[in-house]
Amino acid sequence: MIEPILTTRDLSKSFGGLVAVNNVTLDFAPGRVHAIIGPNGAGKTTLINLLSGDLPPSGGSITFKGRNITRLPAFEISRIGLGRSYQKTNIFPQFTCFQNCWLGAQSRLETSMKFFRPAAAYAEVHARAERALDLCGLTHRRDLPPAQISHGEQRQLEIGMMLATEPEVFLLDEPLAGMGPQESEAVVRLLNDLARDHTLILIEHDMDAVFAVADLLTVMVDGRVLATGTPEEIRSNAEVQDAYLGSGEGKA
Amino acid sequence: MSLKTPVTIFLLIAVAGLAAFPHFSDEFYLEFFTHLMVMGIFAMSLDLLIGYTGLVSFGHAAFFGLAGYLLAIVTPQDEAVALWLSLPVCLAGAALAALVIGWFSVRTSGIYFIMITLAFAQMLFYYFNENEALGGSDGIFIFSKPFVGFGDWQIIDLANPTTVYYFVLASLVVCYLLLTVMLRAPFGQVIQAIRANEHRTRALGYDTQRYKLVAFVIAGTMAGFAGYLEAVSTGIVSPGHLHWHNSGLVMMHVILGGMGTLYGPILGAFILGLLHDQVQEVTEHWHLVQGVFVIFVVLFLPRGIAGLVGRLFGRARDLDTEETRVADDDEHKVGAEPNGERTK
Ligand SMILES: Nc1ncnc2c1ncn2[C@@H]1O[C@H](COP(=O)(O)OP(=O)(O)OP(=O)(O)O)[C@@H](O)[C@H]1O
Ligand SMILES: [Mg+2]
Repeated sequence: MIEPILTTRDLSKSFGGLVAVNNVTLDFAPGRVHAIIGPNGAGKTTLINLLSGDLPPSGGSITFKGRNITRLPAFEISRIGLGRSYQKTNIFPQFTCFQNCWLGAQSRLETSMKFFRPAAAYAEVHARAERALDLCGLTHRRDLPPAQISHGEQRQLEIGMMLATEPEVFLLDEPLAGMGPQESEAVVRLLNDLARDHTLILIEHDMDAVFAVADLLTVMVDGRVLATGTPEEIRSNAEVQDAYLGSGEGKA
Repeated sequence: MSLKTPVTIFLLIAVAGLAAFPHFSDEFYLEFFTHLMVMGIFAMSLDLLIGYTGLVSFGHAAFFGLAGYLLAIVTPQDEAVALWLSLPVCLAGAALAALVIGWFSVRTSGIYFIMITLAFAQMLFYYFNENEALGGSDGIFIFSKPFVGFGDWQIIDLANPTTVYYFVLASLVVCYLLLTVMLRAPFGQVIQAIRANEHRTRALGYDTQRYKLVAFVIAGTMAGFAGYLEAVSTGIVSPGHLHWHNSGLVMMHVILGGMGTLYGPILGAFILGLLHDQVQEVTEHWHLVQGVFVIFVVLFLPRGIAGLVGRLFGRARDLDTEETRVADDDEHKVGAEPNGERTK
């Protein structure tokens, strides 16, 4: 068996009395697309928040490439190669699309504690930002602020900023939410491209997209892992049918 | 910074005007303008926090006053102290204070940040106010101006008001240029990102706490520089320099002048200062006039006086080439666009 790149052991998070993530133990294999599905409020976003360091866990541990990263702050987790996108668009509204990507790209400098040389002189940052913009399909929107592009394009920008940080593992929280069919198709294609040499952890309600790109599926319900398996296994899992897929294909 | 941009032209005219000013001015206004330029440096340093990093510090006067007191402390009774010696000491003192205060403050945000910076500054105020050895509430005189020269050879005579005026003008320009460069460098991009969306900035891999602390120390050091210049030009330091009134005044300069531009706070210092001076001659009710002015600017000039200047001078912008698109009222707030284009 391949050594997993990212693992969680008994990972938990409670908000007051509510246990949003409950003893989740998962292995994420390198180079695979591992989708996490489940009904609203299942704790998927919270799980991503724990993996990305946005929230500190209440219990359990996270290991990345053999290193315990459980208590690492979000910026360190980003720097060691875990990038994430947000379900609720989280961008810099005052800046142009390019500037948004630029900030992601610049974060890969060893340090940004540089006070004299103009940022524009960092050619490699420039190239990274342009590449990210191109990959997320927004080159034609380069100099527009988010307020002047469509909602779907803002979702693309959300992905572009993550791409600009060139992570090894992508944590994608519903990248397709709010996108039109064409934009969705383009992003699914992008995910398939990325999947060739990256690890993707994908939360998505769009089942067609999930079955189109995922190698492995985990179903979460009420903060717990209900089942993990290949798409075929999950499709034919009776428990999953009951809890989730049967009851009207989750959310649209 | 391109010379083509209208705002730059405005600034060059302003600097030329300031350079010519001593030829037309009497001594009172010469010293008054020196003070206004000092306040301009002070306000610019606060804008680095409020307008660029998004940190609303209400204790910025602490560094201004502290550096002044340090100069008084290191200046012997009847002898001058070298500028090469006293300036680094005073700046280091302000920087150290900013490091300590900032270390606690940047852990908080919003209203708590305002309160904690205010509390620290008031602590320093009371320390100097009660310290009889340093003149208590009366403050302390600095009888000999710092010596600028080598051995017996004096290069600049800081006892001469005109010389001090030009020294402060040069300092203002240098501070402006330093901040301009810094805001375009990677560091400047990060602090502006923090102001726009700190959460996402951290998620992208920046230790935002550290960047905020460094911005705080830089701003505190520059405020200390302003305080040093004030002490040199007036020859007196008093607890009022550290009082929250002074922190509030400089904040008013920043907000009325225009946050997020470097020249806005300088304009704010000048316009409010000159208004005060003129109003004082006709009525005692300065605070009433000031209040009306503040309400007017806040209601009708949401981007401060700088926004107005930008609008007046940037009118031809749309007809121009892409490069002149920077010709906005806040040309330095380039966000992350390294070649100077910006979001409109
Ligand atoms: N910061 C928070 N404070 C309190 N409760 C929270 C917080 N974040 C999430 N929760 C709660 O935790 C539970 C899991 O939420 P989470 O957002 O992880 O679900 P999800 O699976 O991502 O749902 P969706 O499909 O709607 O995005 C929900 O009941 C939610 O209300
Ligand atoms: Mg969610």
